Amino acid sequence: MGLSDLLRKSGEVIGDMVQVTRLDSFLKWGQSYSLWPYPFATACCGIEFMGTACSDMDIARFGAERPSFSPRQADMILVLGTITYKMAPVLRQIYDQLSEPKYVVSVGACASSGGMFDTYGVVQGIDRFLPVDIYIPGCPPRPEAIIDGLVKLQEKVKTQGLEERRKEVMRKIDEINERNKPLVVR
Amino acid sequence: MKEKVAEFLDKNFSHFIYSKQEVKSNIPSFFIKPEGIVPVVKALKEEPSLKFDFLNDLTCVDWLGKREPRFEMNYLLKSPSNGHARIMLKVPLDDGESVPSIIGVYKGANWPEREVFDLFGIYFEGHPRMERLIMPDNFQGHPLRKDYPLEGFGQDYLIYDLLQIHQEDKEA
Repeated sequence: MGLSDLLRKSGEVIGDMVQVTRLDSFLKWGQSYSLWPYPFATACCGIEFMGTACSDMDIARFGAERPSFSPRQADMILVLGTITYKMAPVLRQIYDQLSEPKYVVSVGACASSGGMFDTYGVVQGIDRFLPVDIYIPGCPPRPEAIIDGLVKLQEKVKTQGLEERRKEVMRKIDEINERNKPLVVR
Repeated sequence: MKEKVAEFLDKNFSHFIYSKQEVKSNIPSFFIKPEGIVPVVKALKEEPSLKFDFLNDLTCVDWLGKREPRFEMNYLLKSPSNGHARIMLKVPLDDGESVPSIIGVYKGANWPEREVFDLFGIYFEGHPRMERLIMPDNFQGHPLRKDYPLEGFGQDYLIYDLLQIHQEDKEA
């Protein structure tokens, strides 16, 4: 039996120790279980994330082990809380500092849509200027909801190919630019 | 304390008194003309029997449609050496009028004055840095004015500017 025959049987277990797979799916499998979060906490959702990271809920069980307080060593950014227009350039810059592959999780009503703050100072959803992957509902979300969002992101990381991922981000950025351009009011 | 301050102001600054009205408040309030605010707070701070040497708060009220003139600057002073007595100095202002900065007397007035400028659009003469404190630098309007709509005039220009600024950064 040659190597090419083995490669056709992806996922098959041979004996006790050996399993055949493809390199990219192996990498994505590893990636999905070590999504280090960068918590960008501006409001009460940040407290819920602390509860999620501590021993009762323990987000480490899902591989999001270490809250990275440097964006350069993080895989996903969790936006936890109300984002104002003054904070928006900071968040945008931190997003740019994240190393690829990077994922954006919008936690809670405020980050996803502005929440109850439909006012002059609050961005009505961070998807106005960031390509968001996962929205987590709730005000604030329960820790279970944050873990559910993480599991959904893991599924996404595992199933999405590199080219597919690139296309999705490009499409979202184009949408952001298109949506923001004609609405200028002076 | 109220009689003492009223007597002091009547004796020394009767030409700076805007009007004598009663305010329903447990804090004695005095209405001062804009041009008189700096000499009055300076005298209240330096007079040995009063010693109002602590600026508790500096803020503004917009009485749109309720009072004339429209704005009212509030200076809340405290005298720690006189049983923490407090007085309020009120300076009525019309739209577009400016008021002298009291930084020369109280250094702590720096940021509160910038905040009032940011949110009410009242200009302080002699302030070393009369810029926005809370809202973004490219913000338009003064949001705590009563005629400012809650949702703003359409805040998308802030994001548009953000994306533009970002692109310029990349090109540079």
